[in-house]
Amino acid sequence: MASTAAVAVAVVPLAYLGVRTAEAGLDRIVAELWTGRVAWLSLRSLGLAAVVTSACVLLGVGSAYLVTRTDLPGRRFFAVLAALPLAVPTYIAAFAWVSAFDGLAGFWPAALVLTLCSYPYVFLPVAAALRGADPAQEEVSRSLGRGGWQTFTRVTLRQIRPATAAGALLVALYVLSDFGAVAILRTDTFTRAIFVAFDLGFDRTGALVLSSVLVLLTLLLLTGETVTRRRGARYARLGGARRAAARLRLGPARWPALAGLLGVAALALGVPAVSLARRLVAGVSRPGALAEVAAAAGNSLVLALAGAALTMLLALPLGLLTARAPGPLTTVLDRLAYLSHALPGVVVGLSLIFFGINVAYPLYQTTWLLALAYATLFLPLAVGSVAGAAAQAPPGLEEVARSLGRGPWGVLRTVTLPLTLPGIGAGAALVFLTGMKELPATLLLRPTGTDTLATELWTNTAVGAYAAATPYAALLVVISALPTWLLVARSGLLDKDDR
Amino acid sequence: MFISLRRSTATLAAAGLLVTGLVACGSEDEAVSEPGTSGDKQITVYSGRNEQLIKPLLEKFTAQTGITVNARYANTAQLAAQLVEEGDKSPADVFLAQDAGALGTVSKRDMFVTLPSTTTDKAPATYRARNGHWVGVSARARVLVYNADAVTEAELPASVFELTGPAWKGKVGVAPTNASFQAFVTAITVQHGEARAKEFLAGLKANDPQVRDGNGKILEDVIAGTVPVGLVNHYYLGEVAKEQGTTVDALKAKLHFFPGGDTGGLVNVAGVGVLKRAADNPDAQAFVDYLLGPEAQTYFAEQTFEYPVVEGVTGPAGVPALADLQVPDIDLNDLDALESTVALIKESGLVP
Repeated sequence: MASTAAVAVAVVPLAYLGVRTAEAGLDRIVAELWTGRVAWLSLRSLGLAAVVTSACVLLGVGSAYLVTRTDLPGRRFFAVLAALPLAVPTYIAAFAWVSAFDGLAGFWPAALVLTLCSYPYVFLPVAAALRGADPAQEEVSRSLGRGGWQTFTRVTLRQIRPATAAGALLVALYVLSDFGAVAILRTDTFTRAIFVAFDLGFDRTGALVLSSVLVLLTLLLLTGETVTRRRGARYARLGGARRAAARLRLGPARWPALAGLLGVAALALGVPAVSLARRLVAGVSRPGALAEVAAAAGNSLVLALAGAALTMLLALPLGLLTARAPGPLTTVLDRLAYLSHALPGVVVGLSLIFFGINVAYPLYQTTWLLALAYATLFLPLAVGSVAGAAAQAPPGLEEVARSLGRGPWGVLRTVTLPLTLPGIGAGAALVFLTGMKELPATLLLRPTGTDTLATELWTNTAVGAYAAATPYAALLVVISALPTWLLVARSGLLDKDDR
Repeated sequence: MFISLRRSTATLAAAGLLVTGLVACGSEDEAVSEPGTSGDKQITVYSGRNEQLIKPLLEKFTAQTGITVNARYANTAQLAAQLVEEGDKSPADVFLAQDAGALGTVSKRDMFVTLPSTTTDKAPATYRARNGHWVGVSARARVLVYNADAVTEAELPASVFELTGPAWKGKVGVAPTNASFQAFVTAITVQHGEARAKEFLAGLKANDPQVRDGNGKILEDVIAGTVPVGLVNHYYLGEVAKEQGTTVDALKAKLHFFPGGDTGGLVNVAGVGVLKRAADNPDAQAFVDYLLGPEAQTYFAEQTFEYPVVEGVTGPAGVPALADLQVPDIDLNDLDALESTVALIKESGLVP
């Protein structure tokens, strides 16, 4: 089926790791993995993922609640502000923090930077869920005598649990795969060890054997998430007109709330902006001609769009399947799509080189293979969005269409797709954003001679030409801001239909 | 309903844009198809050396010979991994690498042609592969960079081995994942034996070193004064001077070249090898010869602050001449025992 194609793409890196690990031989594998260092790095990576994920959940749910359920002044402004860090790549943020605060390094600074860059992964789905949730359930809870706080913990938090869990899972997997922030902030994690293994003696085999551990860690996280997921929980609105929940009056509490949101934004966006501006003023290097900058921006756009299109094409059947035909097989397919998500870009890049050289040579070093790499890397982002939208659309509508004589294709075309369209748009925007920022796989797979904003940024910072790098960084963030805005708009956070 | 309709339209419009974009880039791909057939005035170069540094040189080459260079830039180690993964299907004609170790990795897979001796003879024997698979095109010296406010000339160590002493506790910046640091550790093994290398790494680790991700970051911290000294390659100082719009002499950071043939003064090369698919490609050969010619050698001295490897070309400004350095007597061909070095560095705990 179509979903199998999506999963096949997602497991290319796993197949590659399998082949290369098998080549290494049992002795080598044992020597590489059966060490205290591997155990220590695993714990540290999981620890970092746990800290960042918890912080992101607190920050994401908190700010989502403030902008959707309270009478906070400037809510729409803050909704955009809270999503915008998604446009800042972790390597830029980490670099900015190190530039701003001398000697910043280690576990906690890395956790801080990763949290500031990735909490929108929780904020966006939770804000959408809070806005879409049926207020009737909360009203019933209150009318049955539960207080405000009890209603929040017993009802509201449960309503948004699927959204929170989905966002948290993305954050955790992202932290496992991140190299930019941990390298700059000198925190030893598994992914850093994998990159170091490539650099140390050009040891590809060692690096790949290590990567297989990352797949195991992912499996652990996925199993945990699946087991704790509430079976059969659906929170679709069941009929009735769409209406907003009552807003909590903050009263004097609005000031600390405002200060909190502004503070987070200042840390997540202000520090990088100020730091980059300082670098621009301090250096004398300048980027190439305007034509070069424009070409890089154009290439970034085309590659990210191609990646987003291909990813959505693959994600659509899988997402619909997840939402409409839940079951053990669907769960397995869905989880398989996530399995490569924690692998660092360089490993996914190498696996697609392997695939391109041995299976699809005509595609090798073309835009298409890179787009495929983006699909492999970012499929879960897209599947989640599609499945989320499809789950919110009541299946009853499809059943009615079928009963009125429409064939399955007709229903898909005229009912399911239009209902899922916002989810498709959100998924595409998310993949586009992430694709714009992606560096390691892009370096390995881009068509020879194609520069993107991210590669230009890398090229310039590698020789210390920070001033020349700044315009590329700024452009990357500005272009990414557009899909971010789309994401916020699609969550309904900009609508004026509420009181 | 109105809102959702509007949204749908926006999404459809985006999808339309996508299709146009894809069609556009599809035709782009075809335009550059199949470079590298013999003598078609096109070569594909995998460059582990930075685009900012190398691109102007490639443009000069094209202007002079009419040969178009399709350059692919990435980190040297990852390009080596890519080449090995591609095997004999690699579209690369030439591999231009940041250091000899990466060239050795590709050479071990027997993917390079043997270069003619008329080409390799231009570089001294210590800076080229014994089997003729690669040749160095520019040289870089390992140095101790120091902040002149924090350390006086009299305090500078005569040997790199002194850095494990109590006087330097917490003061030395190192980048253990950097290929040139690895070459340096291998050089200790070659010169003094593995036990000495192990002892040095253990001593360094115990001396609370300032571990950084790369040479550039060490230098930045030395200039800022947060790290007093660091083990780096000499040319990084030139890069910083360029970015700050000043000269090497005007910087707070100064270079200390270890005297008396100390291992700390190892000289390494960036080099080039020709892949087997380009065995009969005169354009690839012309490129290698160009890199060893006077124009490119002068470019390295003036623009990247590296030492030319060909005799008779003036070296970079602001540093002593290569001939005046008391370089340890080490043949770069002996530095390919990387595996044991890697094991030593991993054991030392200097890397994750």
